[in-house]
Amino acid sequence: MKNQGTTNRPDNTAFDQQRLPAWQPVLSAGIVIPGFLLVGLAFIGIGVALFVTSRSIQVLENDYTGTGSSVHCSECVNPKTTPCTCQLNFSLSALFQGPVFLYYGLSNYFQNVRGYGSLRRPSSSCAPYQYDQNTTIAPCGSVANSMFNDTFTLYQLVNATRKTVPLDGKGIAWWTDYNIKFRNPPEVDGSLAAAFNGTVKPVNWPKPVYDLDPTNPANNGFLNQDFLVWMRTAALPDFWKLYRRITEGEYASGLPAGNYTLEIQYNYPVANFAGRKSVIFSNTSWMGGKNQFLGIAYLVTGSLCVVMSAVMLIVYAKFNSPDEDF
Amino acid sequence: MGSLEVWSLIKQGWRRKPEQEDKVRRLISNLPYEDLRRKYQPNRQYANNSIKTTKYTVWSFIPMNLFEQFHRFANVYFVVIAMLNFVPIVNAFEPGVALIPICVILILTAIKDAWEDFRRYQADKQLNNMPCSIYSRKEKDFVSKCWKDVRVGDFVKVVCNEVIPADILLLHSSDPNGVCHIETANLDGETNLKQRQIVRGFAAPDGSFQPEYFSSIIYCEKPSNNLNRFKGYLDKPDKKKIGFGKENLLLRGCTVRNTDEAAGIVVYAGHETKAMLNNKGPRYKRSKLERKVNTDVLFCVALLFIMCLIGALGYFIWLETFPDIPPFVPPDSNNNYISPALSGFYMFFTMVILLQVLIPISLYVSIELIKVGQIFFITNDIDLYDEETDSRIQCRALNITEDLGQIKYIFSDKTGTLTENKMVFRRCSVMGIEYCHRENGDHCNGSASFMDFFLALAICNTVVVSTAMLPRQFRFPNFGGNPDKHNENIQCLNSQLRCRLQSLLKRMGSLSHIVNSFQSIPEKSSKSRSSLKDVKEEEAEDYSDSGSNNPSRRNSSASHHSEEERGTVSDPNGLCYEAESPDEAALVYAAKAYGFTLLARAPDRVTVRLPQGAVLSFEVLDTLAFDSTRKRMSVVVRHPITREVVIYTKGADSAIMELLDCHGRSNKRKKIASKTQRHLDLYASAGLRTLCIAKKVLSEQAYDDWASIRQEAESTIDNREELLMETAVHLETNLTLLGATGIEDRLQDDVPATIAALREAGIQVWVLTGDKNETAVNIAYSCRLFNQGDMVFTLNTDSRSILDCTLGEVRRYTAPSQSWSFQSIVGAVMPTESTGPTFGLVIEGRTLSMVFEAHLQMKLLELARHCRSVLCCRVTPLQKSAVVKLVRNKLKVMTLSIGDGANDVNMIQTADIGIGISGQEGMQAVMASDFAITHFKHLKKLLLVHGHWCYSRLAKMVIYFFYKNVMYVNLLFWYQFYCGFSGTAMIDYWLMIFFNLFFTSTPPIMFGIMDRDISAETLLGLPELYKTGQNSEFYKRATFWIVMLDAFYQSLVCFFIPYWTYQGSDIDIFTFGTPMNTVSLFTILLHLAIEIKSWTAIHWGFMVGSVLLYFIVALIFSAICINCNPPSNPYWIMENQMADPVFYLVCIITTVVALLPRYIIRVLQGTLALSPLVQARKLDRLSTEARDQQIKNWKSQRSPSEVPTNLVSPVDSFSNSFEQSFYNSSLEREMPDMQWDSNEETQNTFSKGHRRSISTMTV
Repeated sequence: MKNQGTTNRPDNTAFDQQRLPAWQPVLSAGIVIPGFLLVGLAFIGIGVALFVTSRSIQVLENDYTGTGSSVHCSECVNPKTTPCTCQLNFSLSALFQGPVFLYYGLSNYFQNVRGYGSLRRPSSSCAPYQYDQNTTIAPCGSVANSMFNDTFTLYQLVNATRKTVPLDGKGIAWWTDYNIKFRNPPEVDGSLAAAFNGTVKPVNWPKPVYDLDPTNPANNGFLNQDFLVWMRTAALPDFWKLYRRITEGEYASGLPAGNYTLEIQYNYPVANFAGRKSVIFSNTSWMGGKNQFLGIAYLVTGSLCVVMSAVMLIVYAKFNSPDEDF
Repeated sequence: MGSLEVWSLIKQGWRRKPEQEDKVRRLISNLPYEDLRRKYQPNRQYANNSIKTTKYTVWSFIPMNLFEQFHRFANVYFVVIAMLNFVPIVNAFEPGVALIPICVILILTAIKDAWEDFRRYQADKQLNNMPCSIYSRKEKDFVSKCWKDVRVGDFVKVVCNEVIPADILLLHSSDPNGVCHIETANLDGETNLKQRQIVRGFAAPDGSFQPEYFSSIIYCEKPSNNLNRFKGYLDKPDKKKIGFGKENLLLRGCTVRNTDEAAGIVVYAGHETKAMLNNKGPRYKRSKLERKVNTDVLFCVALLFIMCLIGALGYFIWLETFPDIPPFVPPDSNNNYISPALSGFYMFFTMVILLQVLIPISLYVSIELIKVGQIFFITNDIDLYDEETDSRIQCRALNITEDLGQIKYIFSDKTGTLTENKMVFRRCSVMGIEYCHRENGDHCNGSASFMDFFLALAICNTVVVSTAMLPRQFRFPNFGGNPDKHNENIQCLNSQLRCRLQSLLKRMGSLSHIVNSFQSIPEKSSKSRSSLKDVKEEEAEDYSDSGSNNPSRRNSSASHHSEEERGTVSDPNGLCYEAESPDEAALVYAAKAYGFTLLARAPDRVTVRLPQGAVLSFEVLDTLAFDSTRKRMSVVVRHPITREVVIYTKGADSAIMELLDCHGRSNKRKKIASKTQRHLDLYASAGLRTLCIAKKVLSEQAYDDWASIRQEAESTIDNREELLMETAVHLETNLTLLGATGIEDRLQDDVPATIAALREAGIQVWVLTGDKNETAVNIAYSCRLFNQGDMVFTLNTDSRSILDCTLGEVRRYTAPSQSWSFQSIVGAVMPTESTGPTFGLVIEGRTLSMVFEAHLQMKLLELARHCRSVLCCRVTPLQKSAVVKLVRNKLKVMTLSIGDGANDVNMIQTADIGIGISGQEGMQAVMASDFAITHFKHLKKLLLVHGHWCYSRLAKMVIYFFYKNVMYVNLLFWYQFYCGFSGTAMIDYWLMIFFNLFFTSTPPIMFGIMDRDISAETLLGLPELYKTGQNSEFYKRATFWIVMLDAFYQSLVCFFIPYWTYQGSDIDIFTFGTPMNTVSLFTILLHLAIEIKSWTAIHWGFMVGSVLLYFIVALIFSAICINCNPPSNPYWIMENQMADPVFYLVCIITTVVALLPRYIIRVLQGTLALSPLVQARKLDRLSTEARDQQIKNWKSQRSPSEVPTNLVSPVDSFSNSFEQSFYNSSLEREMPDMQWDSNEETQNTFSKGHRRSISTMTV
């Protein structure tokens, strides 16, 4: 039933009548020329900065898989030779600017496979590596089970003697992983091992989790730095993971020129997935690791914008109707 | 009543239950059973009066609403996907999370439904608790109760100005004549009063009403929604049957007027009342755009299928590449490895879940929300608001707003749609004399005929007289003049008549700004001139009140309106006439203007005051109501002086002329008839509506015979209509022609301009009318449907073969036009107005049915396509819808029907969009329509502005939505190549779900509701901009694929720039995904920003808000989500990223590269300005004056011949042409035997100019 009393008249407001003040840009060559030019120049500037920065970063990568093109550690390819230690020699002709980061790299390793670790339902995230003969595995799950276990020791050859380069394993994991996300079970009688009582080590591990780093008792259990680094799922099948930093002593400013030997405990099999292992020395800049791409991309895009502004100028000159005034 | 009797009645009631299947409803009074339980109530099986229009109850809401929602395909799809998440083998991520989107969508829809239902519930509650008076046997009086307590069989009393609670059979009225007036505005929008009578034999002599003594059984028909049909009879205890019909029924929702109180027995209650049965909810249609969307959704499904297939195959191949099982390929929980082929098969479903967003499910919800917003703006448009009726545009169909922007054909009714349906008496012909013609000179000897003629005008109608004393909302302040004053001046009836006619006509002419032919006639006798002055004063008022007393009268201009309000106020006699059809009112007012004032009308008596002041009271013996088959009505009266039984008949000329008493004595009558016919033709060609008035004197004996037959017919219940009709036809024979009237139906405001604009917009306007050929053609000229220079073909034949050849023949004439219409398809701009002659086609209903019978539809359409306009006259409602269907189905175009009457309902329902005009002819058209407007001119803004906006907004939004989903999902897809096709997402699933649900959902909705590509002023100034919508230019098949390509390109950019940036580093999965997510957010939003054409504060708010929301949510989420997605989880990743400069560098370059192509193309489009839309947008930036100037230039460029300088006011040209044609034809044709329709051959009338030269081609 109609309401007789009130009027049905619509409100004459700018909103109701769709007359709100509006900015109505008409995209046309005239207005975008300065925009393109500015953006182009800015991009070229950024591109140059990125490129130069990236150029200054040194990266030394050595494949030590032992098969294919790689010559290092071929003696350890046979899985039966365990444990196997091999050596990788390299020389630096100039100072390798510090701080130097030592990474290990795996390729064709799909840590991001669904079900392997990430994005798996929590309830079953550990299966089938949850129990070993009805005893809980700690840490459980396939990621932990397949933890990378090659170890590296770096020596500088000074006058034919091997001088150990101290590798710093502290703080290589994310601060949040170490301090918030992962927690060791409360120690029982001051012993971490007792805390893990009733659990067994993962099937592939040689040592239990509370005994990962014999040199540093604090670096054990779930808070082992290497374990934490491994547990952070890599985004792509070819990835690096930080192994150590060289920050101490005389090497704090970098690796001086000279000959070096990297001694590798070759444990981790990669043959079953046709993967490759490598070890990488790199230093960083404000923009992280070496990355030529971003600089080039900026340069190309910037130039493209400048070209576009020129094109637009031509278009503007040719097609601009006289009655337009901007 | 004894208890025994009660008992027998109870038994009766008990036994009656199975009768429900019968065709009739049987009911008895409830009073004897008053306090019995419901079980013993006699009428218990009928619905009671409480209404419930809600769909749900509190308890049934959740199951029913869910059930309804799952009827939608889209929702079912979503639920199946959600279920799939729970299948363990599919390895989905977090099944609970996957339910969130579908739940949000379901909840949103449910809230909307619940709110709507709650509003209905409140309205119902209010209605149900309205007070009313029901008779109680205990109290021996009417007691106050609520509407919901009314039951069938109750006696209900209604007092003046009260709303009737149920359908009540009228048994008592305080009116001594046993009538009751009701206003049916609530029901059908008609504001005139309708008279209802009490059932015969129930008029209590002492005016009291005692329901206790009502012991009859009522038989009536089952509830139906036909407002105009109701019949039944009362079975009295003494076995006498009394028939009753719709004139005895008070309808629920109507208001009692002019009657102190009325009472009756309830026959239908609640949902079974006619009002409720007519009240159907909004209709659901599927728009053209939505149909297209559905096909494109299927394309998306195909795309999804392909992508999932690639994923499945990829997984299979990937697994096969490994020499041994690698450590990262997980076994199932039982430590078994399943075969690669089977894993691949499972992976297909995992992929479906991962990529499900590709199917834009939320699109449907978004579209619905957008339409709600669009309808809000349409209904709030103040330009579409009508002051006088205080009504906005009504959007009855909620989901076809965008169809308004794609109309190619408009089918319009004429009367009431193009014209006001507000009749003004213009001319009359009495006894073969055209009234204002000079040669007619002296006509004193015709006085008796004049007397009869005007008496007939006054009497022969169903007009209800209401006076100032009666409670009606009109105010009548003091009027200075003495109503009888002018009577004193009168010496001779004839001379007075003559003067009055002249002054009246003159007055009318000047009032409607029509240069009346009258003024050009230099004759005026000195005598009439002298008496003219003082009479004129009176007439001015007489006339102006005659025009405006009709309460439904409308006028657009406010000043004009207020002037007429004064006219209402100054009614000298305090008389208001309320007629069922405006023609009748016009005739009564005309008669009154000549002194024949209708003073009162009762069912059995009609009182007329003659010009001399004498008051005659005619006894009305019978009224043979108007129907569309007979096309006439008659009133049988007994003359108070001569005691003769006289029949006055009024009707369409075709109906009357055949019934004239021609075989008989005088040649004179024949002559009069043919003269009158000639005048009628002239009236018709001047666009006047014609009516013939005839009379017949009946002998007492003949009447008695007839009356008894009539009586019999009335009391039958089966095929009563036919019997009544038969008796009527029987009586209406051998009539004596009194004269004819010409009534002008004025064009509505701005009709020519609206039609011109619509045509400029590329819309073909067809007019389908039931009117006769000449009237229709002239209206067509005056509303510029046909132009003066047009060639007009008139098809009018009965013969199939002739029609066939003619269609072919005529097409030859239009042949040159074929070339240009071809051009226009190719893309030359607007050649229609400038090149070659244009064509109009007039086709008659008879010919039309021949076309359909002979399967010549395609030929006709072929011809019609080359015509500027097509006019179909004398078509039935069914033919109207057949024509609409023909065009719609065969030409595959969007059609719109607009009409105001019940005869337009068919075509309104057939067309893609039906528009009802809530006018004088009731609300049936509005009830059937999708949109209801008040004036034809509103169509212009509705289509050109709102149609364009709604279409362009929705089309762009839909396209954008497709883009958005494909673009985002492809990111995930590209990642599959780097995760072994294992269905991993590099973005946390919460953020992924939020991305579609919150971060990017509101800007497109806001865009779909509010974006304004071109201002309303420019759209109205340049109607041709509408063509973009007609040709679906915003959403073509190509548009879809282009946007898909763009989505692929952008997703590639958004994936691979971050990929190459982070390639070969120690980046972890979510750190890798976060910049991608951010970049795609920027890209998706900025993509929309490129498409947004006008930025209001709201646009800025939504865009900036979305970005802020993203960052805030992502930051909070990263900060609190410590163990969401182990082992690698999103904890602190956003914070880390935002501290990294590379993140910003990646975001900037990726966004720029992704959007550069689209941006450049838009810039080039904007610069080259090839499309009229871009040009129009440039115009929008100018100041108002500059823009108007530019629009003028633009128009003159496009159509040099169509410069509106030589525009004659259509009304002027109308009257000139009337004049001209009048003289021309009166010179040319001597006594023409004009039977327009009976020609057996086809007339192809090539009419150049306004019938300046008429050449006839015979085939």
